[in-house]
Amino acid sequence: MHAARTETPARDFETRARTDARHDRIFHGALKSCALLVLAALLGAALSMLWGGREVLFQHGFHFLTSSSWNPVTDDYGALAPVFGTLVTSLIALVLAVPLSFGIALFLTEIAPVWMRGPVGTAIELLAGIPSIIYGMWGLFIFVPFMARIEPALSSTLGQIPLIGKLFEGPPLGLGILTAGIVLAVMILPFISSVMREVFQTVPKRLKESAYALGSTTREVVWDIVLPYTRSAVIGGIFLGLGRALGETMAVTFVLGNSDNITSSLLMPGTSISSSIANEFNEAVGTHRSALIALGFLLFVVTFIVLLIARLMLRQLARREGN
Amino acid sequence: MTDLTSVATPAGATATRSKIRVRNLNFFYHDFHALKGIDMDIPEKRVTAIIGPSGCGKSTLLRVFNRIYAMYPKLRAEGSVELDGENVLDPGYAMNRLRIKVGMVFQKPVPFPMTIYENVAYGIRHHQKLGRKKLDERVEEALRSAAIWGEVKDKLRHSALGLSGGQQQRLCIARCIALQPDVLLLDEPTSALDPIATSRIEQLIEELKRTYTIVIVTHNMQQAARVSDYTAFMYLGEMIEFGDTEMIFTKPEKKQTEDYITGRFG
Amino acid sequence: MSSAIYTRRRITNAVAMVLSSIATVIGLVFLAWILWVTVSNGISALNLKLFTRITAYGADGGLSNAIVGSLGMDLLALLICAPIGVLAGTYLAEYAATSRLGATIRFLNDILLSAPSIVLGLFVYVIVVVPMSNVTHGAVSFSGVAGAIALALIGLPVIVRTTDEMLQLVPGSLREAALSLGIPQWKLTVQVLMRAATSGILTGVLLALARLAGETAPLLFTAFGNNFMTYSPLSKTASVPVAIYQYTNDPNPALHAIAWAGALLITLFVLALSLLTRLFFSRKKVSHD
Repeated sequence: MHAARTETPARDFETRARTDARHDRIFHGALKSCALLVLAALLGAALSMLWGGREVLFQHGFHFLTSSSWNPVTDDYGALAPVFGTLVTSLIALVLAVPLSFGIALFLTEIAPVWMRGPVGTAIELLAGIPSIIYGMWGLFIFVPFMARIEPALSSTLGQIPLIGKLFEGPPLGLGILTAGIVLAVMILPFISSVMREVFQTVPKRLKESAYALGSTTREVVWDIVLPYTRSAVIGGIFLGLGRALGETMAVTFVLGNSDNITSSLLMPGTSISSSIANEFNEAVGTHRSALIALGFLLFVVTFIVLLIARLMLRQLARREGN
Repeated sequence: MTDLTSVATPAGATATRSKIRVRNLNFFYHDFHALKGIDMDIPEKRVTAIIGPSGCGKSTLLRVFNRIYAMYPKLRAEGSVELDGENVLDPGYAMNRLRIKVGMVFQKPVPFPMTIYENVAYGIRHHQKLGRKKLDERVEEALRSAAIWGEVKDKLRHSALGLSGGQQQRLCIARCIALQPDVLLLDEPTSALDPIATSRIEQLIEELKRTYTIVIVTHNMQQAARVSDYTAFMYLGEMIEFGDTEMIFTKPEKKQTEDYITGRFG
Repeated sequence: MSSAIYTRRRITNAVAMVLSSIATVIGLVFLAWILWVTVSNGISALNLKLFTRITAYGADGGLSNAIVGSLGMDLLALLICAPIGVLAGTYLAEYAATSRLGATIRFLNDILLSAPSIVLGLFVYVIVVVPMSNVTHGAVSFSGVAGAIALALIGLPVIVRTTDEMLQLVPGSLREAALSLGIPQWKLTVQVLMRAATSGILTGVLLALARLAGETAPLLFTAFGNNFMTYSPLSKTASVPVAIYQYTNDPNPALHAIAWAGALLITLFVLALSLLTRLFFSRKKVSHD
């Protein structure tokens, strides 16, 4: 059968092996440089914004962080108002979205009949697929008028309570911090709930089953078994949602009302880092532009830290799953 | 020459030449000493089976013969494995040469995501520049030798993933044979197959040993008894006994071998 | 006594179940609300002019230049991020599955995945738009290329991650089988592993497209916008999301109608893409089991 076979000299193999090894090295190098591009993109983003915002960051220095004035005419820039708006809207979004996401995740993993889980889960995730500009339009044209109608009711009820009443004072504009927070909440809902849902599913069946076998109710199983088991990942998911909320632009720009004032009332218009950038950047020149890029740098640093925490928390669960 | 008395050479193997000589082979997974001073001579154009309980190192030993372990970090082999008198563990032994000379078939059939024809032609193409007609001949010859030609000759352009498990495994054997190796390493080749497919592979092994030196690792003792001429029994990384298959299964010299054969452990 | 405790536990449980179901209903209501508003407003504004006339005609115009600009930039963005992303993902899966560098890149890629898109827009403004303008003395500043690069940065981490995950799903035995035939690593990776993971990698590319096609913020300071049709990647380029943004900011209700029509187009495109990908992928998973 192998009559026609001829032995190839060992030296030919060595030549060929060297060629193959060289190609492997080139291939390896090409892949590695592409992977390093990901690093470069993130590092480059940070450095380029530090560079673009150097004028304001280094001239204004600490003043930039603590001042609430934002005046392109006198070239006096302080980041406090947009930072305040970003933090408060994101906080409102979290306060609303976390319990809702938890409810949804619970519904999809423990309560809903199995046939319902797939379609409902997909529907909730579709919320994440809707482009943020659509949230912005819906927010401005539909949700703002809706809020304008219910805000008087908020002022006359919650607004009368001492202490927190201050949060709900003012004219029913519909626009403002609260509205932006609610729109953000809807946007980040699918992110948080899908993380929660995923991590709830990682709880070993035997753990849950043994609790059910002891006569625990669903609520008790979730409270006493599922949540403690998944705590760090759940927090990771929440931080992931927070990261999204902090950086979101289009959904909030229309509904915030674009005012550089810091007010105690959530019903009043405000601004945020991303909406200030979106609104002003193309008209800005010189120092103004630098100030906006400096704002971008600030946003980048804050979201980076939040996302860093999120990923570290999520990784803990992944590691345990691997064991 | 090495002192033959200290080497595990199967009795009665003197009539045939040793294809692979293993001398003082030690293998480490990181810190774990997986193979301990293995010595063995594998006779040419015979079937040698390696048996033993799981974790005994039988698959590891097989994976040293073609240095496939080198794809994983932190694994290392010491000692020598001579193929036709040349030590394949020597870094100077070209990997592609070794891989052509020593083919390997795995536990689960792993056809490439290509057509049946491409699966067989793929390896040949990498190593040799052949004309269309020559290549067709080589593919057909390999498929015939692997006893699968009749089943696939009309669907050579179909995806190999559409074949049954047993057919896929024979295709994988064809893929090895296509490179015209000297040695075939079979790592539990039938453990994922049904009994009928298994018996076809066993028949095939019987035919292939006329051309190739075959080393088969199996956890199925009946299979070792059926297909092999020589059997090695390994335990905890050591070569306990190596000899004529009939002897090993009827009159083993060592107590551990007997215990394993009779099913007292493992 | 014990039955009282039991009853209380049952009531607490029932309340928790009801609240959780209500949360789901709220989520679904918002989805239905947003989709309904987009579809109903969008459909009533759909007409042929949308596809044939440019935005320069304002209320009497359409979005043709924005549609062409969006398609062009999306395609260019994919052409940039798909090869880089696939190669980077392959590096992670095949060469850095357990290495420290691999873990770092994977980690930072995940962060890039959720980084604020407006920040990526600013980044490209600083590294592409400004230098281009300086080099050409202002002749080229905002451009379709800059827009596409910003969008590519959005799509890149999606592709890196899916490629990495999909290749890691390819059984190790396939690698062993190819190596045992003496096939070198690069050939094995390109011709065997990538082929085995083709549908998964494609899924990642489509997901990236769905993700970047709806983005507005990164285009504002990179592609800018243009009221006229342009086919040059070096000129300011209109896009559907930015046109929607500008029209929504305008007090003219006739422009709002066009914005809704654009919103419908882009939502349908993005959601159809992500739904199809999901179907495609879930079917693939089933056939693998």
